[in-house]
Amino acid sequence: MLNRFMQSRLRGLVFLALILVIIPAFLSNSFQYGMVTQIAILAATVVGLNLLVGFAGQISLGHAGFFGLGAYFTGIATGTYGWPSVPALLVGAIMVGIIAWVVGRPILRLKGHYLSMATLAVGFIIAIILNNERALTGGPDGMPVPAFEVFGWELSSFARYSLFGLEIEGFEAWYIFASVILLVAVWFALNLIESPIGRALRSVHGSEVAASVVGVNTAKYKSLVFVISAIYASLMGSLYAHFLGFITPAVASFEFSILFITMVVLGGMGSTFGVILGAAVLTLLPQVLADFQELETVMFGLILMLTMIFMPKGLLPTLTAIVSKRMRKKAGGEA
Amino acid sequence: MLKTMMRRAGKCAAVAAAGLMMMSAQAAEPIKIGSFLSVTGPASFLGDPELKTLEMYVEKINEEGGVLGRQLELIHYDDVGNASSARNFASRLIRSDQVDIIVGGSTTGATMAAVPLIEQAEVPFISLAGAVVITDPVKKWVFKTPQTDRMAAERILTDMKERGITKFGLISGTGGFGSSGRSQTLEVAEKMGMEVVADVTYSGSDTDMTAQLTNIRNTKGVEAVLNFGFGQGPAIVTRNYDQLGMELPFYQSHGVASDSFLELAGSSAEGLRLPASPLLVPDSLPDDDPQKDVVQNYKAEYEARWDSKVSTFGAYAYDGLMLAVRAMEEAGSTDPEAVRNALENIKGYVGVTGVFNMSPDDHNGLDPESFRILEVQNGEWKLID
Repeated sequence: MLNRFMQSRLRGLVFLALILVIIPAFLSNSFQYGMVTQIAILAATVVGLNLLVGFAGQISLGHAGFFGLGAYFTGIATGTYGWPSVPALLVGAIMVGIIAWVVGRPILRLKGHYLSMATLAVGFIIAIILNNERALTGGPDGMPVPAFEVFGWELSSFARYSLFGLEIEGFEAWYIFASVILLVAVWFALNLIESPIGRALRSVHGSEVAASVVGVNTAKYKSLVFVISAIYASLMGSLYAHFLGFITPAVASFEFSILFITMVVLGGMGSTFGVILGAAVLTLLPQVLADFQELETVMFGLILMLTMIFMPKGLLPTLTAIVSKRMRKKAGGEA
Repeated sequence: MLKTMMRRAGKCAAVAAAGLMMMSAQAAEPIKIGSFLSVTGPASFLGDPELKTLEMYVEKINEEGGVLGRQLELIHYDDVGNASSARNFASRLIRSDQVDIIVGGSTTGATMAAVPLIEQAEVPFISLAGAVVITDPVKKWVFKTPQTDRMAAERILTDMKERGITKFGLISGTGGFGSSGRSQTLEVAEKMGMEVVADVTYSGSDTDMTAQLTNIRNTKGVEAVLNFGFGQGPAIVTRNYDQLGMELPFYQSHGVASDSFLELAGSSAEGLRLPASPLLVPDSLPDDDPQKDVVQNYKAEYEARWDSKVSTFGAYAYDGLMLAVRAMEEAGSTDPEAVRNALENIKGYVGVTGVFNMSPDDHNGLDPESFRILEVQNGEWKLID
């Protein structure tokens, strides 16, 4: 019984791990590794955002703000003040968590468009601060970020490492690291969704009034999940900064927030594995469309529009529905 | 004996033939020039003329027989002004396309995001972005063609000094260009013993700068006003300046050195000075100016090919491409180390932007004199110095 329960929850995770193990077979150079590593980091961010958007039904249009804060906190703490990476990452996340809690309490009382507008404003304010505090952030021209480092051991995508007698390149090491982070992020999200907190969140999504009538402290759960998703964004922002080695305020921009939300919507709101697919598609799209650069924005819009019209639930949920329908039909035909 | 000699000769011939075949195979293979530019998005005014210039001159060079007997192939990506996609495309150029040299990076952010990767991959890179951080400190594989904002500040302040001005008011935009220009101006002013008596800013979306200008006018001892900014802001500052009836000498930066600025500012621009590329006044350059021919040709060819006004930004790409070609010709190969060394030792290359004298400590190779000081007279640019 317990065994079967564990299997059902972990099945997706094992499947994801398998995919992550197989992917390197299709990669031939560090550019491709770099893209997949970025997908993993961004996917982990949207897995966190999905908790808020997909499960609690609250829209945040300012999530890149938290992502950018994490990235810049890491950049400034490790680059300017010489902190080690892990404390910088954690202190940054705690700070962002506190900021999210402070702004989240009043904001989350708002509903619908008002909530979106308020989160939008938070994102904008963060982006403006990053743009203007030139002495600290380097302004619109951006700032360099040192490599990720633990106890003097550096994880740089340019270095070479020998692990258990196995020679691996820095970019492969980053890929492995980002994959593990993604798996942990997904595992945590899946557990949260299955916990009492997750059930409370879904009840808020269904009907906030009904949830509060049956005794769910909606305000508490909403701000809790807001904080959790902001911390996800901050942690991933820190890693993204370390990986890229150079950040500009674009990481906190409105466009980036929209990209995050689009990843969630495209992949499938409320589907943890769907949003990973969404992140992959939207990160690769500019590379795939690189040869049609004039048409890039048009194609981008077209793909989104078609998805919204024909697959309103998102890519993965729609695809799995089609597959299971086919399977059932087949099974029915045989019987 | 004869047999062995024959055999040896045969071997030699075989080796020679193989060598020839390899050489001809190499000759057939094009030289790959990689580029990532902000062709669309907020910085498209930079990337668009840059790409047009690169396309046009790669075509032209190929028609004339290419470089080192090989054709050029331009591989280009659009980074939409986003630094992280610039980095990804630079990575793609190096790893997937395996280009021989990169000419690109429209903005400072895009350039700096790609620099760590390029330094590590050891590919020669000629950036088309302005800020001083790109080549100061010098990075082994990174070069750039535009003058730095520091040079613009030096040029303006020198002109002020020649007019006997030592105290001036500074009004700057808060965008990347304006704020970098502001900090460079402050540094240069201190070095040249000049005083910035008023220092005010405006944001990109402001529609009226009367308050800031009044502030400067009311400052005691102000002898001139300098505006460091980009886009619409400076045009509004110019109009407000005129409306307030301010009589002090007025300077703009190279950021607005284009004909469209004259249209925006209208008659208010009368009498203002700015540092600019000779490209704005190709016909009034003195005949002994070494750049005159280059500048006139570039302008004529660009405008004939694209049916649109030439821009200083396209000229950066022209110089970048020509420097790359010259370096490869001097190196006699596309070996990255050799090309890099050749680039570093280019002396006296006459480009559209200026005369380049590269050295191991100077990967830009221009001096402030490459800027010409222009004044607006009767709605047109007039060469002053």
